[in-house]
Amino acid sequence: MIFNEKIECLERKRLGELQSRRLIDLVKRVSHQSAFYQKKLAESGVSRKDIHSIDDIVKLPFTTKEDLRDHYPFELFGRPLKEIRELHVTSGTTGNPVVVGYSQEDIDLWAEVIARSLCCGGALPGDMIQVAYGYGLFTGGLGLHYGSLKLGLTVIPCSSGQTKRQLKILQDFKPRVLACTPSYAMYMAETARELGVLTKECSWQIGIFGAEPWSEGMRKEIEHCWGMSAIDIYGLSEIIGPGVACECHCKKGLHIAADVFYPEVIDPQTLKTLPPGSSGELVLTPLTKTGMPLFRYRTRDIVNINYEGCACGRQSPRISKILGRTDDMIIVRGINIFPSQIEEVLLAIEGTQPHYQLVIERGRGGLDSLEVRVELKESFFSDEIKFLQNFENRIAKEIESVLSIGVKVRLVEPKSIERSEGKARRIIDKREI
Amino acid sequence: MKIIQLSIFLENKKGRLYEAVQALGEASINIKALTIAESEEFGVLRIVVDKPETALQVLKEKGFVASITDIVAVEVNDRPGGLAGVLKIFNDQDINVEYMYAFDEKNADNAIVVFRFDDSDKAIAVLAKNKIRVLGKKEIQGI
Repeated sequence: MIFNEKIECLERKRLGELQSRRLIDLVKRVSHQSAFYQKKLAESGVSRKDIHSIDDIVKLPFTTKEDLRDHYPFELFGRPLKEIRELHVTSGTTGNPVVVGYSQEDIDLWAEVIARSLCCGGALPGDMIQVAYGYGLFTGGLGLHYGSLKLGLTVIPCSSGQTKRQLKILQDFKPRVLACTPSYAMYMAETARELGVLTKECSWQIGIFGAEPWSEGMRKEIEHCWGMSAIDIYGLSEIIGPGVACECHCKKGLHIAADVFYPEVIDPQTLKTLPPGSSGELVLTPLTKTGMPLFRYRTRDIVNINYEGCACGRQSPRISKILGRTDDMIIVRGINIFPSQIEEVLLAIEGTQPHYQLVIERGRGGLDSLEVRVELKESFFSDEIKFLQNFENRIAKEIESVLSIGVKVRLVEPKSIERSEGKARRIIDKREI
Repeated sequence: MKIIQLSIFLENKKGRLYEAVQALGEASINIKALTIAESEEFGVLRIVVDKPETALQVLKEKGFVASITDIVAVEVNDRPGGLAGVLKIFNDQDINVEYMYAFDEKNADNAIVVFRFDDSDKAIAVLAKNKIRVLGKKEIQGI
């Protein structure tokens, strides 16, 4: 089922016309309402008269997370505070957090795009959904909640945590849909196994997973373990929260709601727009938001965009799975490393768990070392040191062939790497940079 | 006659060895022989205990990665050249020793040495032929 067929199947030219009208209106609005953007536009020498179509968007300046942090808490709002219906808070890079304000229209928009996403992932009106994203300042829980209501699902607002209770509700209520972070889905599987719950026989058929980057290998693991279809949903609080883009059953990229969130891909160094299909930093402009209007927000997420129509019938462009983040990217000895690359390697090797941690240290000579701590699967334990050492070496070689950098692999005991019920802590950077 | 050895994976982390033997002590399990093999980053604790099945269960409950391995406990004359005499037999018969270690206590006047072979059955047959005593499960528990 396609939730909003008229929009999601709109051909590209008509979509462009809609985007153009909305951009002209956005620039007009912020020129009146936002002191921050008045200043920003003046500084870049652009006025609303320069914006005639969506292609003129490249004339506009970028907005960054630092802009949001520096105007804490409410300075970027486009409406008087009393017209803001909901506030969410997300972590800043340093110092102040980032506050996001939603007008009533923004909340309606949020419900709309998540309803589209849920449908896109295969949920149908009348299904029951277990929302195991955190409810609160984090946008995951409430966003999925509003969208589920809009689509006509029965919502179980579990929030995250209390894993045993989650599993009891799963077994007793038999929801068809699960929404949480992919690492929490793995964590629940582990707990289920300990409790003797037969994961494959559970009722979840569709999992809507987001809020952290995850690999194809992890998808296979979750799908295999729970016997469900694992769908990637994308979003960020600054734009609206989850619902910016979501996969359909084809799993060939995430359909972006481009009628309301205009996507561009730029080179993060030169800031130049890249040709379609190239990987670079995703820049998003929420065209219709009123509570906190933004343009050209730099997401720090690395993606590429495919503008071809999809086999599912939707014409909306598709962004790739997140290939990494410009800011969780680690640089070791001049080489860019995304943790997801290492995860991919580990999942392909028998005997390892997808639980890993990267430890980066600066040696005495100033040379950085990368240690990959990997949990050993119990069934793979051997009494012989040389077997285990060979195993470590094999993992190291596989990682080295992908990263082109020497790594040290250290096997650790199962469950010794810190787990959280939300996002997994993958990187320990001990360098003082 | 093979006996059971427990092998326990030990991460190179403070207190891990203590936690393992403490868990066994609490469960009233007596360690008869032990050795630790180590690499730079981890160790493997190998032990022979009086109640191996219970010990394995206790360790797993405490979150340790542990497995069982078949080993052979051999009586060796406690005099100069005693061990060499046994090893010569293996050498002559082309039997490969993966690793070995000794029991703390004696059985009567003989020392007890534990062997891990690549082919235990062949080793046991050769020992029998040369009239060297191999100890069984019951004798190990009784020591």
